[in-house]
Order: sequence, then structure tokens, then C-alpha cells
Amino acid sequence: MRFSRTSKALGVAAVLAMSLTACGGTSGGGNSAGGGNTSKAITANSTEPQNGLLPANTNEVGGGRVMDLLFSGLVSYDAKGKIVNELAQSIETKDSQNYTIKIKSGETFSDGSPITAKNFVDAWNFGAAAKNTQLNSYFFESIKGYDKVSAEKSTLDTMEGLKVVDDTTFTVELAAPESDFPLRLGYTAFYPLPESAYKDTKAFGENPVGDGPYKLAADGWKHNVSVTLVPNEKYKGPRKAKNGGVTFKLYNSPDAAYTDVQSDNLDVLDQVPPSGLQNFKTDFKDRFVNQPYAGNATMTIPSYLPEFKGEAGMMRRQAISMSINRQQIIDKIFYGNKKPAVDFTSPVLDGYDANLPGSDVLKFNAAKAKELWAAADKISPWPAGKVFTITSNIDGAGNKEYITAMANQIATTLGIKAQLNPIATFKQMRDLVNKKALTGASRAGWQADYPSLYNFLGPLYGTGAGSNDGDYSSAAFDAKLKEGLSAKSVEEGNKIFNQSQEILLKDLPVVPLWYQAVQGVWSNNVNTVQFGWNGVPLYYEITAK
Amino acid sequence: MVMFTLRRFLQLIPVFFGATLLVYFLVFATPGDPIAALSGGKPMAPAVEAALRAQYNLDQPFWVQYGLYLKNLVTLNLGQTFSGQAVSDVIGRAYPVTARLAVMALAFEAIFGVFFGVIAGLRKGKLFDSTVLVASLVVIAVPVFVLGFVLQLVVGVQLGWAKPTVSGAAPLNELVLPALVLGLVSLAYVIRLTRASVSENMSADYVRTATAKGLSRRRVVVVHILRNSLIPVVTFLGADLGSLMGGAIVTEGIFNVPGIGNLLYKAIQNGETPTVVAVVGILVIVFVVANLVVDLLYAWLDPRIRYV
Amino acid sequence: MSEKLTPDTDLTKPVIPAARQGKKSSRVIEHFVAPLEDTPLAAIDNVDETAAPLSLWAEAWRNLRKQPLFLISALLIVVVLVVAFFPQWFASVDPTSCTLDNSAEGARAGHPMGFTLQGCDVYSRMIYGTRASLMVGVFTTIGVLIIGGIMGALAGFYGGWIDAILARLGDIFFALPLILGAIVMMQLPAFRDNRSVWTVVLVLVIFGWPQIARITRGAVIENRNADFVTAAKALGLSRFSALVRHVVPNSLAPIIVVASISLGTFIVAEATLSFLGIGLPDTIMSWGNDIANAQPQVRNNPAVLLWPAVALSITVLSFIMLGDALRDALDPKARKR
Repeated sequence: MRFSRTSKALGVAAVLAMSLTACGGTSGGGNSAGGGNTSKAITANSTEPQNGLLPANTNEVGGGRVMDLLFSGLVSYDAKGKIVNELAQSIETKDSQNYTIKIKSGETFSDGSPITAKNFVDAWNFGAAAKNTQLNSYFFESIKGYDKVSAEKSTLDTMEGLKVVDDTTFTVELAAPESDFPLRLGYTAFYPLPESAYKDTKAFGENPVGDGPYKLAADGWKHNVSVTLVPNEKYKGPRKAKNGGVTFKLYNSPDAAYTDVQSDNLDVLDQVPPSGLQNFKTDFKDRFVNQPYAGNATMTIPSYLPEFKGEAGMMRRQAISMSINRQQIIDKIFYGNKKPAVDFTSPVLDGYDANLPGSDVLKFNAAKAKELWAAADKISPWPAGKVFTITSNIDGAGNKEYITAMANQIATTLGIKAQLNPIATFKQMRDLVNKKALTGASRAGWQADYPSLYNFLGPLYGTGAGSNDGDYSSAAFDAKLKEGLSAKSVEEGNKIFNQSQEILLKDLPVVPLWYQAVQGVWSNNVNTVQFGWNGVPLYYEITAK
Repeated sequence: MVMFTLRRFLQLIPVFFGATLLVYFLVFATPGDPIAALSGGKPMAPAVEAALRAQYNLDQPFWVQYGLYLKNLVTLNLGQTFSGQAVSDVIGRAYPVTARLAVMALAFEAIFGVFFGVIAGLRKGKLFDSTVLVASLVVIAVPVFVLGFVLQLVVGVQLGWAKPTVSGAAPLNELVLPALVLGLVSLAYVIRLTRASVSENMSADYVRTATAKGLSRRRVVVVHILRNSLIPVVTFLGADLGSLMGGAIVTEGIFNVPGIGNLLYKAIQNGETPTVVAVVGILVIVFVVANLVVDLLYAWLDPRIRYV
Repeated sequence: MSEKLTPDTDLTKPVIPAARQGKKSSRVIEHFVAPLEDTPLAAIDNVDETAAPLSLWAEAWRNLRKQPLFLISALLIVVVLVVAFFPQWFASVDPTSCTLDNSAEGARAGHPMGFTLQGCDVYSRMIYGTRASLMVGVFTTIGVLIIGGIMGALAGFYGGWIDAILARLGDIFFALPLILGAIVMMQLPAFRDNRSVWTVVLVLVIFGWPQIARITRGAVIENRNADFVTAAKALGLSRFSALVRHVVPNSLAPIIVVASISLGTFIVAEATLSFLGIGLPDTIMSWGNDIANAQPQVRNNPAVLLWPAVALSITVLSFIMLGDALRDALDPKARKR
């Protein structure tokens, strides 16, 4: 699950989008954005990558956004989240279970070694095998044979579902049909690796050789200080660099970065801190962006809590949802920089439907909330003096404010006690969630790995799914998910996924709060900056002045 | 004196082991699961999770973990961070920055603190004294995270006198502002301590003697009063050097200083035991040495104090 | 003194130090000393041996109650204490009834200091926050004074292995990061479910005592070889009595200074702990909590941060003034002037 340390930290999986110009069908080369300087490097904020830069071991923002510039996979996502072929010539399937993938020939890594089908198959096998302890290994779980290579103490190297046909062709057999499998292939975990990587993966992680629009400068990664990238001349894909390089300055807090952009000490910042939310539009006049990205904020009410079981529990969850005045919190705490949620996914996705039947439960309605709460009390009374707590880690700024406000609203509307249960560190919070030791609700959220409705539903609410923190289980919902996955096309699947959301709107395994939005600002030294579907700037598109 | 110094260095051994054991236990006892945090809250293959746990000895009981740590320590191996870097490298990069910052902050406190303190002590109850008191109050009552934030905004952004954050190389001119912020609270202590000592010593016999001898007021103040007033100040500064070397979590965070404070804070949050233990181990050595220097300074400041 | 002067000493002649005897000095320094009969020394130096000497503390008290500095600070502290004990006398608005309808609103009738981001009454929170903040400041200071004072005094006075053990223990505690300690302590089963002022006090005492211990040790080392200690020992006082009755009272000045400032920094330290998410829970109102919560709005709504900071300043000021007065009262030399 994509919890971020701060509620506004950007997506864990940073997936880069394709250039807007190419997506619009016009020529992608040259200086499209008003003729900027293409040889000058730009600076942007980031955080220290947590691990060595290996595709299957990079699962957080800091490493992810570097990886996505250093590597390119079969496909990438454009600014709107649409799939664009990078190395893939074609990805074909008849049954959503067996895929034949052809890659373009003549492409090379930045060190000149050719990219073949074997580079993909080896990299995926490496990522999936338990003995390599790659954090993203579960991303390969759909592939046939994953269960064997990922078993504890397994020494297997390869999954039977992956087969190299020739230099430019390989086949993938999944364990079960999954119509949105091609959508995932732009994610970091699915990048190819050059042969040289396996000799010493640790050394490779420090100084990776990729096939993306940029390559690491000599001695480019200064730990805890900066990561410097220079354009990769060998890259032929749609994301060609339009600047002389990107230097990521590593920050520990967005506050520090914000002051740096204000004084033109940093070029691009993709996260305005809470202290700047009220001012960034006046601080930066025409140098800011405020747009939704594929992420949302929710509140999990675990189904293992006795007060939230059965019919009464369902009514209580609905009552709580209706006692939250989302718009008011957005206006007062976030200064209007978000949109209230009306479903469980994100408006930037294909197939998003803002008018799902039953979404009224996500609108503030004090009278109805009180009514439902009273009705629930008749079935099984709320324990006298019981406090409704909302657990959240508060080691990153921004969580405390909105949860306190939310608790105040719930308390006022329902006439019960409600308060924030602050947890000092993220790891402690995760521990409570993983061990199912919560005694109340908890802060949650999801940031998409890849642009798909299913990604917002399956991993979160499917019975026994990896990020189903609230232990939600509904046979009807599971059946709908399966039906959607085996649909013939993505569009058809989305219709069915939206039907599955109607079930969720009744049960409310989590209470959707609002859609995340990215507030980005930039300095006087660069031209207008575009942000992608996942809230990450299109670094390769930025031109210096 | 030599014996005294030698003995002090011998004491380092039990102190070092005591401190590392204690801090190892504290990190061990922090709630939460470092491996779960490593996954960023995403699902993790059980086999991967088990392998990672074994890699960092997190599946072992406390004494085994500490024993393994000590075993590595003998070969000067401080362990690895979760990102696979050698802790010695990480600390080696961060310490010079923090040391520079600490020395600058300390110099700032010592020079301005003693200077203002002496004047306030000599003119007790006068306007200067009261002004300094009120200024100190502001510094005491406003927490660093507000003070630093405001100074950064005003000096760094609005006036543009200094860069608002510190870049990777952490040159001295960029460290001025954070050093100032870091030294401000301690400055209040140094001023008040100096002031108290000076005003107390002004009525001492030797001062009367010195004045009676016909010495100039400047000489009386600088040589006689000041030297005899410095013991509490030196004690405080010695302790403060240690605290500063431990890295200032909040200040380093505000100014994005790539120092020990940031490193330590992240390591504590993530439960990265080797990093925390190594930082504390070094810190305790700094404390013992700083304390030794302070004790030797006592003897120099006041010849009546003797060590055998 | 006068007995030592023999009548035939010619006081008008320069006295040549022994070291200089035999050398010819071209300098002639004239000293004028009044003839003895002009200064009735006996009258001045006469000590009233019949009056019982007051104890150090009694004398300090007699001196203290006459000082305006003491009276002002004592009055201020009494006011703060009354506010802490009876906040309801001073504020009629419920500080916990917060609604976003009032978020960050300015001052208006009945709400003289405006509202916080959450829409709570700033004035009311400031008044109700007094108790927790004062408790953190005062009890932490008392705690570190007791532990640090005893440890430091013993270490400094006896030296040797006692010093080695106690001072090194201080070094160990000094080196431990407060944040780490706080995170662990807050999670102990005893504190987890009822985090309160006492948890914060305990954490701050455990990690704060070495500073006072250091200062005390330094001051005691400075004084342990002083003449009055030698004199006391010569009079047959035990070493321990000499420490308690003579060394410690004469070493108090720096301890009082540090303690009175520390009282303020402890209150602020609670704010920093809150800022990092390990301080008092939001249900306990404190100045520190309010200051920490107001930080992100300091650019747009500084008043919310200002008022608790002002309350904190006044409290610290009164304790610093009290410390000053107490120090002067305890120092017989300062008193004379």
C-alpha cells in the first residue's frame, strides 16, 4: 500500500510520462516550450534513494524518479497516464493470460550493449527470485512460476511463465487471466537490466547503466546530497531530454526546498509544504501548478473492530463518512487545494466515474449521519465513554492538522468523543496496521503504481490482498474483480470495476476523503513545467532559460 | 596531570561499551518493524521479508544482535545501513559538516556570550543588562523550529543575504545562519552565566586588591574578573560542544544540512541500529574528551584546582 | 591586625620587597597611611559576639523579602500559579470546542486573541495550557536539580573514583539522543495508554540531569579548595558536612542561573517534542503544543503562535528574576554593596 510518510509526499512509484508534444502527435524534438536553453542543466528536489538503484528494489519516490529517468521499459505513460510504447514493438494477447511481447531492434543501453528479449526476462527473473531479496518482487506475482521462485529458501532462478523466443521476442504466461497486465509494464520493476548488472549488483546499484533518457554522471550520486544525471545520447524513445541534465538535490523536508525555489536556488519543487499552501500562489504568481494526480486519501475502519462488525458496523461507517465535511476541511486546512472524493479511485484515470450510484454516502449530511448512528445504537449500543480514535503517524507534517479537524467534526456531528491517536514513527504505524492491532480507524491512502482502476481496488479490498489493512472481505466484490480482470478489453473491465465500487460504497471498508493534488512550483530559471498523471514533473521536458 | 589524562582515556572503554549497549537496547526497544517500514507499507513477499530480517540479524534475540555487532566492531566494521552503505562511510561524510557547524556555533556563543555577559554583569540592572535579558527571553521562549523558520524566511528569502539552505559541500559562509540559530539558545545561557559570575566576582577581595594596586579597569576586568568567572561558562560550553556534535535535528532539518542530526533522526525513525549506535559511540567519546579538556581548563583558570 | 605593627615602624618609608633588596631602585613611591590614632579600628572591627548568628538561609530570606526584584517575580509566579490551578476563573470559553467555522478567524468580542487553524479560542487555550506547561517546566527543573545536583556535588567534591563513575554516567546519558529516548519511553506499557505530563517530565529529567550535574560539579570543584572549606574542616567539620553546609551554598550561583533558564527551555522542549510528534497528546493543552501546531501558519497568522510564546516568556522571566534575587540573597559579598 502506498502510504507516504507525509500525507502529501508524492507517489512511491514514480512513473514518468511521455512528452506532451509526442502525445499530441506533433514532432517531439527540439525546443517546444518557447525555445529554452537545451544545454543547461536544471535542478529539482528529491529525497535520498533508500536502496541501490535496481529496478526491482526501488519502491519509493526518491529512488523511483531517478530510476524512471535512467531506464525505459516496454512502455511508458504519457502526461495523462496513457500507455505509449517505448521499447515494445507490440504486446499481444488473445486470452489475457498468454502475452507475446516483441521489442524494437537496434536499441542499446547507455554503455552500448544491445537490448534483447533476454535482458527483460533475466531482469524479471532476478527481481522475482526470493534469494535476491528485491523489495518489488511481489510485482511479478501474476507470472506463472512466481510462487516457486518466491518460496522461502527457494534457490530457483527462473519462472516458467517467461520464455525467450528470439532476440526480439519473448512470451509471458500468467497464472490467471489479467486484462490490465499490459498497463503495469511501465512500472519501475519491469525495466530491463544489462548483462553486466549481475556480476556485482551492489556496485551496479551505486552506478547503474540504463537505457533511459538520462544516464548517471560520473560520480553522480553523492549520498544525502545530490544525484546528477546527464542526457543519454543513445536514447531514441519518446522522452528525449530537452535540457543539459537534471541534478536532484536531496532534501529532508519540503520546507527547506520551498525556500530554495523562492530564492531561485532550486528550479523545480513538486511538493509545496503545509506552511506554503496558503501562499504559494502569491509567492510564485505564474510559476505554479495545482492539479490532481493518481492518488487519494482515505480512512480505514478495520472490520475486526467489534463496534464496526455486521449491520450496525456498516451503519456506523456510513454515519462517520457523512459526518465529515470534506469541503470545509479542504478549504480551511488545505486552502482549497484538493477535491473531495466521490469514489475509491482517482479522477485522472481512464474509466473514472464521478456519478456512481450510492456515492451520496461520501457527502456531508449531519442529519442522516445522526439518524444512522442512532439506528446502529439500537442494534448494538456504542460503549459508553468510548473514544473513536484515528491513528496516524505524525513524523511528517500535514497529517495532524486534517485528522484533528476530522475528529472534531465527527465528535460534533455524532456527539461522541473522537480524537487523533498520534504515532511517532511510520514504522510503528505500519507495525500496528500489519499486526491488526489498531483500536480505531487509521489514516490511509493510495498512490497508483500504474494508471488503472484495478490498481486502486484489487490490492486494497480483495479478500486477503496484500494491502487490505482493514481485513475487508466480500464475496460479491471479489467476484466482480475477477470478472473485470478477465474482461476482453481494458474499457470493458473498467465498467465492471465501477460496478464493484458500488458494493464498496455500501460497505465502506475505508472512508474515501479526497483526491490528492500536486502543488508544484518552479524558479525563474526554467520555463513552464508540466506535471504528469502521477504528480511527478516531466523532467525531460523542462527547458532552462 | 599525565596520569590524570591517561586514566581518563582508560575510562573511555567502559563508557563506550556502556553507551553502545544502552543505545543498542533503546533502538531495539523502539516500537515498530524496520522491515515493514522498508517496504514503504507495500506488500512484501514473505521470503524476501525473512531474508532481509536475517541479513540485518533482526531475527535474533537482543544479546545475539549486540554480540554480533561487537564482533564486527573489533574489525572496525560499523555495519551497514538498510540501503547497503557502510555506516563508516555515511558517518564519515556527515561528521565533518556537523563538526564545522558545531565549532562555528560554539565560537559564536563563546565570543558574544562572554562579551555581552561581562558588560551586563558590570552594569547590572542598567539598560544594557535589561535589554540583554529581554532579548534572551525571546530566544528562550520561541522554539528553534519557529526561530529557524522565520530567520530562514527573512534573511534567506526576503532579504536574500544568505542562501536559505546549505548545499552539499556545506561551505562556511552557508553555515553562518544555521550556526547562529543553533547558538542562540545556548547564547542565553552563556550570557546569564557570565553575568552572574562577573557580578559575584566584582566584590571579591582580589578584585579590590587589583583595583587598589592601581590597575586599569580594563585590566582588572579582563585579567582578574574574567578569568575567575569563566569556570561555569567553560563547564557549560564543554557540555554544549558535545550536544552540538550530536547534531541538531531540528536546525539541520530546517536548513537541509547534510549532517549528523539529519542522519541520526532518519536512522532513529527507520530503526537503523548500526547507524544510531555508531553516532552515539562517537558522541560519547567526544563528551569524554570535551570533559577532559574542561577539567584541564579548570586547573589553568584556577591554580588552586589540582589534579593528581 | 594593629598588634602586628610595632610602634617604631616607619610607615612613611617605602617598603622594599625581600626579592628586591640589594637592588637599587630609582623609583621612590610614596605611601601615605593615616596615623593609627585617626582610625579607631577596634570600633569598626568589633564583632557583636553575643548575638546568635543567623543561618545562611535565614539570612538570605531576611534579605530576600526586602528586594523589589524578588517581590515582583514572586507576584508574577503567584499569578501564574493561580491561572494554572483555576483556569476557569480567567476564561469562560471552552478551549476544546473547536470548529472549522472559526478557523484562523481574527479577534472579536469574547475572543480577544482570535482563533487557531482548528477554530479553537486562542485566549482560552493559552489560559488552560498554563497548567501543563508550568508542570513540565517546574517538575522537570526540580527533578534535574535533585538528581543532577546530588550527582554533580558528590562527583566534584570527592573526586577520584566517585567522580569517575558519576561523571562518566553523565557522559553516557548526555550522548543518548533525547528523541530516541522519548520514542522508547512513550511506548512503555505504563505510558502508552495514558501519556501525560509526567511522561514528558520523566523523559526530560532522565535526559536533562547531566547538564546540571556538570555545572554543579564544576562549581563544587572550584570551591572545594577554597579557604572557607579548609577553615571549616580545620574546625572539625566532617567532609560531608563541609560539602553540604559550605561548598554547596557557595556553588549555587551558576546552578540557579542554569536552572532558571532551563525551566523555560524545558517548556519549549515539550513544544519540540510535540513538533516531532512525541510530546503531549493533543487532549492535554499546553503552550508547547499550541506553539508547535501554530508553526505552519506563522507567516499568515503569527498571533496564534505569539500569545502562548508571550505567556511562556513571562513565566520564564519571573523565574529568571526570582533566580537572580535568590542568588544575590545567598551571596553575602554581593549583599554588602
